[in-house]
Amino acid sequence: MIGATFRRVLPQLIILCVVLLLNFAVFPGFFHIEFQNGRLFGNLIDVLNRGAPVALLSIGMTLVIATKGIDLSVGAVMAIAGAVAASVVTGGGGWFTALIAALLAGLAAGLWNGVLVAFFRVQPIVATLVLMVAGRGVAQLITEGKIMTFLNEGLIHLGAGTILGIPTPIVIWLAMGTLVTLVVRRTALGMLIEAIGINETASRLAGINSRVLLVTVYLVSGFVAALAGVIVAADIKGADANNAGLWMELDAILAVVIGGNSLLGGRFSIVASLLGALIIQSVNSVILLSGMPPEFNLVIKALIIIVILVIQSPTVKHRLYLLRAKASSTVSDAPDVAPKAQLAKETRS
Amino acid sequence: MMRSPRLALYITMATFVLAFLIGGSQYPTMFSSRVVANLLTDNAFLGLTAVGMTFVILSGGIDLSVGSVIAFSGVFLAVILRETGIHPLVAFALLLMITTAFGGAMGSIIHYLEMPPFIVTLAGMFLMRGLAYVLSTDSVPITHPFYDTIQDVVWKAPGGGRFRLIGGIMILAYIVAMLVLHRTRFGRNVYALGGSSATARLMGVPIARTTITVYAIGGGLAGLAGIVYSIYTSAGYSLATVGVELDAIAAVVIGGTLLTGGSGYVAGTFFGILIMGLIQTYIVFDGTLSSWWTKIVIGGLLFAFIMLQKALGWATTRGRRPASDSATQS
Repeated sequence: MIGATFRRVLPQLIILCVVLLLNFAVFPGFFHIEFQNGRLFGNLIDVLNRGAPVALLSIGMTLVIATKGIDLSVGAVMAIAGAVAASVVTGGGGWFTALIAALLAGLAAGLWNGVLVAFFRVQPIVATLVLMVAGRGVAQLITEGKIMTFLNEGLIHLGAGTILGIPTPIVIWLAMGTLVTLVVRRTALGMLIEAIGINETASRLAGINSRVLLVTVYLVSGFVAALAGVIVAADIKGADANNAGLWMELDAILAVVIGGNSLLGGRFSIVASLLGALIIQSVNSVILLSGMPPEFNLVIKALIIIVILVIQSPTVKHRLYLLRAKASSTVSDAPDVAPKAQLAKETRS
Repeated sequence: MMRSPRLALYITMATFVLAFLIGGSQYPTMFSSRVVANLLTDNAFLGLTAVGMTFVILSGGIDLSVGSVIAFSGVFLAVILRETGIHPLVAFALLLMITTAFGGAMGSIIHYLEMPPFIVTLAGMFLMRGLAYVLSTDSVPITHPFYDTIQDVVWKAPGGGRFRLIGGIMILAYIVAMLVLHRTRFGRNVYALGGSSATARLMGVPIARTTITVYAIGGGLAGLAGIVYSIYTSAGYSLATVGVELDAIAAVVIGGTLLTGGSGYVAGTFFGILIMGLIQTYIVFDGTLSSWWTKIVIGGLLFAFIMLQKALGWATTRGRRPASDSATQS
């Protein structure tokens, strides 16, 4: 199993290594890590730390996309969760109450999305668009249109503190990633989720309770989005309903796609998505460290994304496969690939 | 029995009329031609964007890049008019060529590389926003006399309303779009492609050409929206119009077009835009409501219209189809 996982994430690992080496090329001290004041410091730690929100979101997004869905609302849910946490602590509540309240808000958002998709049969992109548009308004309603600042030590610790010298966000996303991966891969849940994504009708006929599973994946997505929202709010010691998690949903979807997961659902790998999130953060880091004018950030990011996507596109993969098949005499033709490519074209939305 | 897409269109129209009547009964000044004129002027760029979005969504795709294209257009025009002496009309033509080619390029990638439109246009969104930053990170004012000339083209209606040129451009775009979608072969092809690309191919619809043209139209209209926006604000700013793609998508959905493609009317989108503009006008008239209520109300409307479409869909297909309708087709 470990070997299979390794082979699955090998392309992502290679891309990550290349980007990290690029970092090293533009900034030789990149891999330097030191331990000061009971905390690890270093650019590599920064990448892991700053990548935490997208990494957390990508865990939920992977599961949602595996069911052939998409969750556009995670950025807005982050804003809501941050606002809820901030309003609880400014109202005199403890940090733990605030965390629980924020997570409940995330679960409620997930439940809303999940019920719309599973029971009302609304297309996921539309169902979650509602919350994406309205969610930020709700967050502003909670913070009353202000940036709500707080000084609660416990809550700030979640975003800016450390556990055993490691920044808390890193611990949180690693723990969540491990937990969810183990739950879906050590049980049959992962396979059932993949079955829904491949053919929901067939999966239901096979006895899978697809509705409950669909609601569950949106619940997970809401939950991790709330966690990410609390981390972001804790990091800046305030809830900014307008900007917290803005366009994070796009980064999360990108992380999942860079992780090699198909947007058409089916097989998924959470580890690959997490690597995708780290690749995005490393690209941000290389642009920052190289001292290029910040105006170029988005252009470079866009070009890198396009290159990665072209490499992963089914047509290019197919061409490469044919090329390799032609090169080796043992495989004369690729009979089953062409129909598959055809199918992908037809089911493309 | 009335077909469900047309019924959805009528309901959207009725909603607009009803909302306007309710607003007008509370604030009688809302019925003035001034409010109507401002409704058209303030929403002209969004309206133009939504026309392009309707084409793309009808064909079964989505275009997330339009907001960035508008920002890029504004900055491009501002910088080119500041740095060179060319006439704004030449700059407009140049810009429209760039954005149309950009849309066409995205369409080609989507078709030939078989990549999901969502991701391709997402990359396009980053690229255009990034190019706008590269051109200028500051807000660049436009002081060309030609802009004053355009802004002075006003038809003063009785009641003090000022119908400006940009509102007229938007209405013209809707009329042309209606003719193209409902009266030409290309329009039929767009609907066929959105209905089912496999069926469309078997019927002989040129998939490649239709897909690329649809995205080129989307890009071109976003460029036109950018021109209108630059006339509207007399400036180009790379941080402008963030999230306009979502407003445009919301307007299309409120207008009764299915996000899966193949069903809907561009006229519905027009009323979707007007409804969204009306909500903002109402909030301005009220004065005590905060601006975030706009988002909540639009979200609520989106939800209501989606549920309505579902209900209509169920009502028209009940008994004809077994209950194995997949929830996750997107």
